[in-house]
Amino acid sequence: MSELRTIETEYSLLTDRLRVNVGPQHPSTHGVLRLEVVLDGEIVVDVIPHIGYLHRCFEKHAEAMTYPQVVPYVDRMDYISSMNNEWSYVMGVEKLMDIKVPERVEFIRVIMAELNRIANHQIAVATFGLDAGAFTPFLYFFRDREMILSIFEKTCGGRLLYNYFTVGGLNYDIYPTFVDDCLAVVKKVRETNAEVMELLIKNKIFIDRTANIGILPADVGINFGCSGPMLRGSGVPFDLRRVDNYSVYEKFDFEVCVGKGEVGSLGDCWDRNIVRMREMEESCKIIEQAVKNIPDGDVKAAIPKRVKPPVGEVYCRTETPKGELGYYIVSDGGLKPYRVKGRAPSFVNLSVLPEISKGYMFADLILILGSVDIVLGEVDR
Amino acid sequence: MKLQAKDIFDKLKSEFSDSIIEIKEDKGSDPFITVDAKKVLDICLFLRDTEELSFDYLSSLNGMDYKNNLGVVYNLFSTIHNHKITLKVILDKEQPSVPSIEGVWKSANWHEREAYDMFGIKFEGHPNLIRILSPYDWEGYPLRKDYKTPEYYHGFKVPY
Repeated sequence: MSELRTIETEYSLLTDRLRVNVGPQHPSTHGVLRLEVVLDGEIVVDVIPHIGYLHRCFEKHAEAMTYPQVVPYVDRMDYISSMNNEWSYVMGVEKLMDIKVPERVEFIRVIMAELNRIANHQIAVATFGLDAGAFTPFLYFFRDREMILSIFEKTCGGRLLYNYFTVGGLNYDIYPTFVDDCLAVVKKVRETNAEVMELLIKNKIFIDRTANIGILPADVGINFGCSGPMLRGSGVPFDLRRVDNYSVYEKFDFEVCVGKGEVGSLGDCWDRNIVRMREMEESCKIIEQAVKNIPDGDVKAAIPKRVKPPVGEVYCRTETPKGELGYYIVSDGGLKPYRVKGRAPSFVNLSVLPEISKGYMFADLILILGSVDIVLGEVDR
Repeated sequence: MKLQAKDIFDKLKSEFSDSIIEIKEDKGSDPFITVDAKKVLDICLFLRDTEELSFDYLSSLNGMDYKNNLGVVYNLFSTIHNHKITLKVILDKEQPSVPSIEGVWKSANWHEREAYDMFGIKFEGHPNLIRILSPYDWEGYPLRKDYKTPEYYHGFKVPY
């Protein structure tokens, strides 16, 4: 599939390569991404991504802020899954300062991160369906996502950007009916997913459209540094929740979902999508187990009012919905970080796009890009 | 088998002797190995292809400004053995240049372009070393500590 498909004609055609710009202002590029596509007829010969349209100098800003002040900036990297972003950063600072956060905090963080993972995968599957021409699942998912957002809103006031996790704990405790709301979300998510499975994922038109395109072999994926559903879709069980066993994830029973090439080849667009669908179910399982056992106690560890880590450097990574999000934080012993580098999963996952989209039709390129699940806020930082 | 930083350091030391400068294992900080910049490509190939090391995954590649020097930090991980290590090279500020490891891990391609964009570090042998986040004709290297924001860009006033 990866080599070019040539079209036989009885007469000789004068053909020329065509350069097409997709974006930066185009709905199917999921943000301000410009793809310079070299086309041979309708077949993609080369793709050159041009990024940086949303570059907001996060790393430079971070050097001018104190450690807790960076958290709202971190929110704005991957604005679809802000909770996961915050977690990675505050965990890095806690590692630098050698803080042990209370178990209650860990449980609430896990629940929030998993809720946000569901919300993110809902958007990912919804917009992927949209790219393929299915509009109805998009509306279903956005209706359900509202329930998750209202939990966040009741907890911390924010619907998109939360500023909820803080160094050493959480900014606010959960509200009284939190557990019931979470269980209601889990119930609803399962209902809708069963419906979308029938409506979209197992739909013959959708399978014809997404199977066998954008195949990412496992070794190529690892070499390109892909992570998250992108790599798991190729059959590699690489999930940092299990690999690194950070926080309290070892207490929960859940599976690492991998693609199996059920309807096409291993690692195609359909596989990446089904991994996201199944991960929602796994997140539901984690939430169910976690809400039952939230320990009592404080939501903040005893930390000094001024966050001032000792000299040192850590690379702290967590599994966000899109993959491995790592922060390389260097402290020189002052109140401000000396350097913060965000290793964004979307940035790395996007870099494999030229490799996996050569030789397919132009319309397939849009689907392949959709299956990578990028957020440009994170690609450009 | 999962190896500790010290074991990896010993293995590198026996292979490359003088090119491996030191290991730092401070409390509260990730252990890292400082290596000679000229040898970094050979070291990376050794780390990837030796069976008991098998570092097949480049987590991150960060440019650094150490005021008097520049540097590059490589965060490596092995999906086979689940161990990780941090490599560090120190570069001269006037002529910052280091061999590209794009041939070892393809993910280095964009990371190196970013380090070039932000710090002006030249990665020798990189197939396409152009700016990635800033505009292609931007001047200066924004993440250097002595960077001054230009007042105008193409006649437009730069905000802040």
